[in-house]
Amino acid sequence: MTESNAAAAIGATPDTPAVRRRAMFWQMVDDYSLILIFVALFAVLSLTVQYFFSWDNMVGLLLSVSQIGMVSCTMMFCLASRDFDLSVGSTVAFAGVFCAIVANATGSVAIGVVAALIAGGLVGFVNGAVIAKLKINALITTLATMEIVRGLAFISSQGQAVGVTNDAFFTLGSASLAGLPVPVWVTLACFAVFGVLLNKTIYGRNTLAIGGNPDAARLAGVSVDRVRIAIFLIQGLVAALAGIILASRMTSGQPNAGEGFELNVISACVLGGVSLMGGRATISGVIVGVLIMGTVQNAMSLMNIDAFYQYLVRGTILLIAVLVDQLKNRRQAR
Amino acid sequence: MTIGSTPRLEFRHIGKSFPGVRALADVGFSVRAGSVHGLLGENGAGKSTMMKILGGEYVPDEGEVAIDGQAMAFRKAADAIAAGVAVIHQELQYVPELSVMENLLLGRLPTRMGLVDRRRALAYVKESLDALGVDLDPRAKLKQLSIGQRQMVEIVKAILRDAKILALDEPTSSLSHRETDVLFRLVRDLRAQGKAMIYISHRLDEIFELCDAATIFRDGRKVADFDTLEGVSRDTLVQRMVGRDIGDIWGYKPREHGEVRLSVKGITSRIVPQPVSFDVRAGEIVGFFGLVGAGRSEVMRAVYGADKRMSGEVDIDGRTVKAGRIRDAIRQGLVFCPEDRKEEGIIGVRSVAENINISARRNHLSAGLFVNDRVEAQTADHYIDRLRIRTPNRRQEIRLLSGGNQQKAVLSRWLAEKDLRVLIVDEPTRGIDVGAKNEIYNVLYELAARGVAVVMISSELPEVLGVSDRVIAMSRGRIVAQFARGEATEANVLAAALPEGAAASPTLSQVNP
Repeated sequence: MTESNAAAAIGATPDTPAVRRRAMFWQMVDDYSLILIFVALFAVLSLTVQYFFSWDNMVGLLLSVSQIGMVSCTMMFCLASRDFDLSVGSTVAFAGVFCAIVANATGSVAIGVVAALIAGGLVGFVNGAVIAKLKINALITTLATMEIVRGLAFISSQGQAVGVTNDAFFTLGSASLAGLPVPVWVTLACFAVFGVLLNKTIYGRNTLAIGGNPDAARLAGVSVDRVRIAIFLIQGLVAALAGIILASRMTSGQPNAGEGFELNVISACVLGGVSLMGGRATISGVIVGVLIMGTVQNAMSLMNIDAFYQYLVRGTILLIAVLVDQLKNRRQAR
Repeated sequence: MTIGSTPRLEFRHIGKSFPGVRALADVGFSVRAGSVHGLLGENGAGKSTMMKILGGEYVPDEGEVAIDGQAMAFRKAADAIAAGVAVIHQELQYVPELSVMENLLLGRLPTRMGLVDRRRALAYVKESLDALGVDLDPRAKLKQLSIGQRQMVEIVKAILRDAKILALDEPTSSLSHRETDVLFRLVRDLRAQGKAMIYISHRLDEIFELCDAATIFRDGRKVADFDTLEGVSRDTLVQRMVGRDIGDIWGYKPREHGEVRLSVKGITSRIVPQPVSFDVRAGEIVGFFGLVGAGRSEVMRAVYGADKRMSGEVDIDGRTVKAGRIRDAIRQGLVFCPEDRKEEGIIGVRSVAENINISARRNHLSAGLFVNDRVEAQTADHYIDRLRIRTPNRRQEIRLLSGGNQQKAVLSRWLAEKDLRVLIVDEPTRGIDVGAKNEIYNVLYELAARGVAVVMISSELPEVLGVSDRVIAMSRGRIVAQFARGEATEANVLAAALPEGAAASPTLSQVNP
């Protein structure tokens, strides 16, 4: 560093130790606030709620958030690029139904799974292409595909749950590996893969750049349209995967599955500090966001709180999380 | 300050820190009623922070702002407005969809029985505009107005709120010459009415023309106060601002030029209807001059692929660049720094390092897939050091840097390309202080010396003449003249750039695109 640069970087006079300590303290709080909240929440619940801190309950908790967890990973990309996807809930339902229908028709679970994945990917691709190429607002586009895909789920199943005759299908949702159910493993794998994608690949960094400023990203050589389409396509695939696993757990493809799912996923992301303005997202935040959602739900069930009240609590938590985020940003701006 | 009179506005020992940066340290100066006080300093010197303190947006850590001798404690912007302070920032704050009248009276439209009394409001606004000699249609929507007119609306808004203290931050940076004249007239009128004004500008000519007194900031401290600017030289001001003698601001030295590097043949786009052709040699800096709307940016955007090309060809070292593919342009060594840094240059919420590495990172992936954090950190630190980018560290969000430092980071992004052949910079020094300008010119020279072909668009004629090896003048979407460095003068370049039919021997103030 040149002398003048060094002087400029720290200002004409060095920081007083008090100022620096204060800044460092707030930095710490900013960086770890969410994790601290989760740890505190977890500790309190472990001590106060009966059965909460037991292996069976922990496994149950993880299993209950596995679908949300998988799709949160891709929703994180979507929000980080300043886009939005409301269609994932419908895709979950359609993929489950479609998988069941194809598996029954062909007698092969594998073909059913592949067909459902392709269908999910296709929905995502259409979303991405319409948003990126036709420049239609993501909210509107995915609102439309949400309706269309939900409609397809109902039409193809004639409004009925589609049971699967082949037992092999159920192992997907119920088999265990090293003490954890398969869906939990899939979710953990998603966290790992998408965490690496976000932080360590050009795809992830470009996603954040697009969310930060799409025009500048384009002029810096980012293929904005291509990245956008990829984000939605992958989201469709993962939503379909979640739908297949959900169908397997429920032993049938249900056309009304996953209602409100998209909002739970977005809530978990926002709770995890992903900015709706784009450009800011961390995988650790999303993981904690998912866990907070699951933990609260789980604890309320254990405490026999009526499911209706759970809506109130979820909404309130989300509001508080967004408020905290706002306050954090405001302080940074000063 | 004259003895015996209390200054209208006084800053007393102001100090303000941000995490990692001491923005202001014990700064004080005062402004008399009925005067225009120039505030000078490089980007990041603390001028804007001071203005935000005055406007109630920041609360100072130490010191106070006093009006008519009375200490004020602004906690929010509304406090400052109530105390008669109006700060007009570079980024204007208006509602584009609303009319001039509605913007002027925002929040205090006259009502009758709960409904807006448009007739009364219009009459009032019309009367006020006439009284100020400002020619604006009260019914026009803000989005229909030029930037200069929008700025005028902001100033009038301040006056209608009875502001007695007005601060203008870089008001002329995007104004045409005629708009600047109108602004100056208004500022002088306001001075005559006894307003106290603070005027921030990087254009020293304007400071000399308009200001009665001046204060210079450097690195968050006050380094000089001038009660009058009479007898003060330009060089004195520049030297105090940058803290060193930068000598010849252009610092131009002749270079050898090589073969033709960039060859543009008959290029057109939706907004460049007539085919445009030109060549740039290796090591050559070509300055494009023209009035606003002459089509310089539009041509360069088509060359780079930022706008869709309709016809024509772009060759680099004889190889054709595929049309409309920015990535291919970059791969072949053709890069572009856009005019609007904030909208198109930087990615504000990302770090300085991220902004520098966004393009070049593809060249040093580990295992062909993963971003190499170590190399990227080195690259970022290297350019932060080499271009003297003022930032606490490479992880700082780039939006928190001053304009000049943001521009240096955008340049670094392209310097990091290992096979850079053609650099196009659009208004590279707009809104940037003298010291940083000089540093940016030096980067251009260095690149040219390495054999890069440089195209520089600029609306500042002295800059075009001072930096370029060759000057190309554009008017109405066409190249109208070329001048070698020795031949180009302010008069002949300007005359060429004027649309036909304009005055034969124009002065700058008559020029209006």
